[in-house]
Amino acid sequence: MSTNDQKSLDAIDSSRRKFLKNSGIAAGGIAVGGALGSLLGINGNGEPAAPASTTPTSNPTENHNQALMYFTPEQFAITDAATERIFPEDDNGPGAKELLIAYYIDHQLAGGWGTGATEYTSGPFFPGEPTQGYQGRLNRQQIFTIGLKGIQDYSQKTYQKNFPQLTAEEQDAVLTEFADGNVTLSGPTSSHFFSELRAATLEGAYADPLYGGNAGMAGWEMKNFPGHQMSYLNIIEEEFTEIKPQALNSQHNH
Amino acid sequence: MATKLPKTDAVIIGVGWAGGIIASELTKEGLKVVGIERGNDRKTEDYFMMHDELRYAQRHGMMQDLSKETVTFRNNEGMRALPMRRYGSFLLGDGVGGAGVHWNGQNFRFLPYDFELRSQTIEKYGEDKIPEDMTIQDWGITYDEIEPYYDQYEKMAGISGEDNPLGGHRSNPFPTPPMKKTVNMKLFEEAAKKLGLNPYVQPSANLSEDYTNPDGISRVACQYCGFCERFGCEYGAKADPIVTVLPVAKETGNFELRPHSYVTRILHDGNGKATGVLYTDLNTGEEFEQPADIVVLTSYVFNNVRLLLLSELGKVYNPADGTGSIGKNYAYQIRKGKATGFFDDKKFNMFAGAGGLGILVDDYNGDNFDHTDLDFIHGGMIIHQQTGQRPIANNPVPSGTPSWGQEFKDASIKYTNSTLTVSGEGASMAFKDHYLDLDPTYKDSFGDPLIRLTYDFKEQDRKLAKYLAQRCEEILVEMGADHVDTMQELEPYDVAVYQSTHNTGGVIMGADPETSAVNSYLQMWDVENLFVVGASAFPQNAGYNPTGTVGALSYRAAEGIVEYLKNGGGLVQGKKEKQSV
Ligand SMILES: Cc1cc2nc3c(=O)[nH]c(=O)nc-3n(C[C@H](O)[C@H](O)[C@H](O)COP(=O)(O)OP(=O)(O)OC[C@H]3O[C@@H](n4cnc5c(N)ncnc54)[C@H](O)[C@@H]3O)c2cc1C
Ligand code: SF4
Repeated sequence: MSTNDQKSLDAIDSSRRKFLKNSGIAAGGIAVGGALGSLLGINGNGEPAAPASTTPTSNPTENHNQALMYFTPEQFAITDAATERIFPEDDNGPGAKELLIAYYIDHQLAGGWGTGATEYTSGPFFPGEPTQGYQGRLNRQQIFTIGLKGIQDYSQKTYQKNFPQLTAEEQDAVLTEFADGNVTLSGPTSSHFFSELRAATLEGAYADPLYGGNAGMAGWEMKNFPGHQMSYLNIIEEEFTEIKPQALNSQHNH
Repeated sequence: MATKLPKTDAVIIGVGWAGGIIASELTKEGLKVVGIERGNDRKTEDYFMMHDELRYAQRHGMMQDLSKETVTFRNNEGMRALPMRRYGSFLLGDGVGGAGVHWNGQNFRFLPYDFELRSQTIEKYGEDKIPEDMTIQDWGITYDEIEPYYDQYEKMAGISGEDNPLGGHRSNPFPTPPMKKTVNMKLFEEAAKKLGLNPYVQPSANLSEDYTNPDGISRVACQYCGFCERFGCEYGAKADPIVTVLPVAKETGNFELRPHSYVTRILHDGNGKATGVLYTDLNTGEEFEQPADIVVLTSYVFNNVRLLLLSELGKVYNPADGTGSIGKNYAYQIRKGKATGFFDDKKFNMFAGAGGLGILVDDYNGDNFDHTDLDFIHGGMIIHQQTGQRPIANNPVPSGTPSWGQEFKDASIKYTNSTLTVSGEGASMAFKDHYLDLDPTYKDSFGDPLIRLTYDFKEQDRKLAKYLAQRCEEILVEMGADHVDTMQELEPYDVAVYQSTHNTGGVIMGADPETSAVNSYLQMWDVENLFVVGASAFPQNAGYNPTGTVGALSYRAAEGIVEYLKNGGGLVQGKKEKQSV
């Protein structure tokens, strides 16, 4: 690695730390803006939600990627809470919220992956055998819309609260019911919806940060995954070697 | 009305490995060749943003757009075939270079036994060893006959490797030395040796050192970057048609490449001669007729069969009585017999690697071990690979771990660089009721029927997979894994789960025109100026990756085409074989 590369890496790293600090994300706050946050912070029972962080508007390092392309604010809040249970913050490092995974999912749903642009979507539709893969008529936008509403409805029915307001244990119980396919949704099975949500969560944790998740490459750091490197010739025959991760923007901007 | 273009010597349908090799060989001979490819043109410089797991590995950025065309699938004839709506079991190439751009480069020669599978099995174990519905056949070519073409292909691609102690004879050493051995590969090597097996470093199309091939093409060595299979190589280190054979074809001035052009029919005169192809420019929607003296069909297994059926060429296979050949003997790869080892206090550089990096044994492949007391034939290689464990797709956890939540997260992070897999790559036998035909219901974007795949695992496969899995486990235990998860039973074939893009058969080669579609030059028995090239020619699949053999067959077909243009006629005299079903 050239000294130049090293320098730019350090610069990225320090701006990353600044970003985490300024946005209040490192402390685990919900990442919605002040005005909207108070608007959305009220759940069905009129109880305030977890406090939203107030991000200074003139912050030069603010992340303009943290806005919604597809989700409604309610869908975002459910996704943010659910993915945090799938990939929680722990001793290894940040969880879904801090990694901005719900933003990642939102952005993906808005594009071709959400609409199934490169999938075969012509009919006729038949349920099919388990060995025949996905045979539904719904695309992922529709599956998430139905599934997230299902989570909210199930939480209301069972706990008389919205999903984001449940305790971690209650949220896990709800998600387990979905994962096990025990909840009836109109269209997809709950287990199919859950498996989509789980897969998208892992993508959001580990995809290149250019997609909006894996904030600050913190997902990669936990896993000791070096991201984009031009060569491993020097270490391929060596014992395990830790390498500071690098994202694709290092390639694009150099 | 299609616009009729001036006639050319040869037209190639699909410009991947097979099409690329044939283009270079024919143009070097001075023939005028038109290459028609449905996808776009590509160059190595386009791969600047390649190290993107989401875009290329998860979202299949380089592959066929399934919204326009896919495959329908059913496990058996009693089931309704349904479209493969999303990618799973295999991934289809698209664009110049085909799947040869985003392959791994695991590069093998088949065993001498593979080419004479039926006769050697009968000779050694008797007729009864082969179940009645197993339609395996000899290839109509022996290992010694195909060896010079393997040699030619390997020199072109610069294959890196060391001798397989249990493989067929080589007329020449590997063009380049084997790839580097990682710490965990050495662990496999020591364990295998202790068990009395014969490990060797996997032959690879990722160059171990800088190399200049006989065509004068120079390429640099692999950097073990870990973004290899499903990705293009930004160094040109991985042999792919774009950095090997296609520049040679272009250099001659005899090659015209037509990308974004989709061939819908092979045209013929009704008297056993192909006259050209009909294709549509996908950018303008215009339809063209390209007349040619020779038509070479190199559009991969599925479309090789589909275009023959749509064009009404050859005799359609009939699974009820085993007559006909187009669509017959579809086979695959039995890749699920494997074991995963978890190491509690060892870490390896699993993020690094190359598509073709690995170490293996062939002690349980082919007939390298005695099958007298076994209730299956053949076997497979047993391999430990290091291709680069990218983080979205690789979240290994020991059995019993939940699949989400804190416990999952913790285990998947802990084991991410501490999990080693040893896997069997089992041979896949042909069966009477495994075949390809036209789907009665589902259509592509032109309104033509999709290809329908009827396939499942059989008792042979279940036995074989289990046997290989147990051998994998023995090696991992010897390697010192603290916990080993081993495949117990092979489940039914599931089209939604990635296994391999090693689809074979449908236009198989052989010595007898009654039981095969093409001769050993891949010339169609029924249509002398039509050559159908690719793994579609395999009568059944071996316990190795297919492309080394596809490459060798492509060189042989090219030789046959040149010969045919000189002298005309069938290149091989068909003979009646006892083996007909
Ligand atoms: C992820 C992956 C990893 C792999 N790794 C290995 C490996 O390590 N070792 C190995 O041996 N093999 C490997 N393979 C398989 C290998 O890629 C194929 O065996 C090889 O590319 C086959 O070459 P081909 O020329 O027959 O077909 P392709 O390379 O698939 O080329 C066929 C071409 O035809 C074009 N085409 C199709 N239909 C039409 C039409 N109607 N009109 C015009 N053009 C058309 C396609 O767009 C394509 O470009 C891998 C495959 C994949 C997907
Ligand atoms: S691993 Fe080697 S051959 Fe594969 S893409 Fe990287 S540099 Fe190229």
